[in-house]
Amino acid sequence: MTRYTDDHEYIKLDGDIGTVGITSFAQDKLGDLVFVEQPKVGRMLKAKDDASIIESVKAAAEVKSPVDGEVIEVNQAVVDDPSLVNTDPEGAGWFFKIKVSDASQVAALHDEAAYQKIIG
Amino acid sequence: MSEVLSKTPLFDLHVSLGARMVPFAGYEMPVQYPLGVMKEHLHTRSHAGLFDVSHMGQVELHGADAAAALETLVPVDVIDLPAGKQRYALFTNDAGGILDDLMMFNCGDYLHLVVNAGCKAQDFAHLQSKIGHRCTVKVRDDLALLALQGPGAEAALRAVSTSNVPQTFMTGGRMVIAGIDCLVTRSGYTGEDGFEISVAATQCETLAKALLAAPNVQPIGLGARDSLRLEAGLCLYGHDLDTTITPVEASLNWAMQKIRRTGGARAGGFPGAAVILAQLDNPTSVKRKRVGLKPEGRAPIREGVELVDSAGAKIGTVTSGGFGPTVNGPVIMAYVDAAHSAVGTKMNAMLRGTPTPVTVVTMPFAPHGYKR
Repeated sequence: MTRYTDDHEYIKLDGDIGTVGITSFAQDKLGDLVFVEQPKVGRMLKAKDDASIIESVKAAAEVKSPVDGEVIEVNQAVVDDPSLVNTDPEGAGWFFKIKVSDASQVAALHDEAAYQKIIG
Repeated sequence: MSEVLSKTPLFDLHVSLGARMVPFAGYEMPVQYPLGVMKEHLHTRSHAGLFDVSHMGQVELHGADAAAALETLVPVDVIDLPAGKQRYALFTNDAGGILDDLMMFNCGDYLHLVVNAGCKAQDFAHLQSKIGHRCTVKVRDDLALLALQGPGAEAALRAVSTSNVPQTFMTGGRMVIAGIDCLVTRSGYTGEDGFEISVAATQCETLAKALLAAPNVQPIGLGARDSLRLEAGLCLYGHDLDTTITPVEASLNWAMQKIRRTGGARAGGFPGAAVILAQLDNPTSVKRKRVGLKPEGRAPIREGVELVDSAGAKIGTVTSGGFGPTVNGPVIMAYVDAAHSAVGTKMNAMLRGTPTPVTVVTMPFAPHGYKR
């Protein structure tokens, strides 16, 4: 199950583990990414908490946690090469994995059809 | 309140090339093309980039007294600027602050000035009111301006023109390019070799298409223009320069020739001369300086970030900062207390509340490619 936030994060849920990243729409708006700072593994996040910090050639932004949960893994590959987020945002360019506290929070986010409507 | 944005003569071309258009200085301008800021920047440094800078103001000063009249507004030697040569200049105010920075070119029988888009209305009024009685101030809003920049710029120009190309940095003359009469100077604002081409607005699109068809030329947007000029250590008005900053504080002493300084044959006689000459005469009186800073790590540090000393006391502010694609790391221009302005001085930038080490370095961050 993949769900989307108003802030253009996605979360792909597999069991109670969610993989979080930003959508292709978001990376296109941000432009070339040049810097990523990841949250610490083990950090407890609430929905909408700032998790990763990202910088493109033009602006700084945050990747927020779509739901409550614990960071269990971060993607070092996007720290080493932030352009991965531009080239494969919804694949190799993911940011972190979170152990979701309440799966119903995920289900309550936008499904793909609703998200497509938001971005027009 | 929404403002009505102007369009340059290349608006339709930008859209057709897939540009992302943004408001800038009252114009709808291309911030990037499909290539993206990073690749546009690197392409300009390695090959050649074409920039639409038609939003900038162009104005001519006609009459035998024009150079002497302009000298009353700038701390710069205008009278001795030979025909066919270009020079950087600054309009100053009575407090010694900078009203705008500009390029001036001696066309032989008149001076051609290029001023910043965001300041042009005020600059034109300033010229008219202060020296309009001594020379004819002719605003040329019928002209567009292109910049062709990069090590491949000369080859690209020669591919579409058989005219003589200006041979060295800051020289110029008239050329026929793709059959169109243009005023060309060998200059620009990227740190690279290249040309600025002033052309009739009505012929600008034809010229731009011809240049884009030349070998290795890509259209480049304002995003890369900003990172290119920052790596080149060049000031952006409204960020690194403003009405409260003097040319000495801005580390632009090189732009003020000896003849306009204390002891020179035409010393002073420009707005704010008392302040500026006192700072030149007594460098230790200058309280702050513009410097280049190199951060440790890879996080870009942007305009507005505070700089602090080892005790945490504020000693400066970032005025331009971002990621330098050629440097492959973050670069900063900032104003710091003069006591902390020496190359090698270490301090901290308060990045999202965290002290991040930065060091004063010499500019430019990327070597200039000017043809001297």
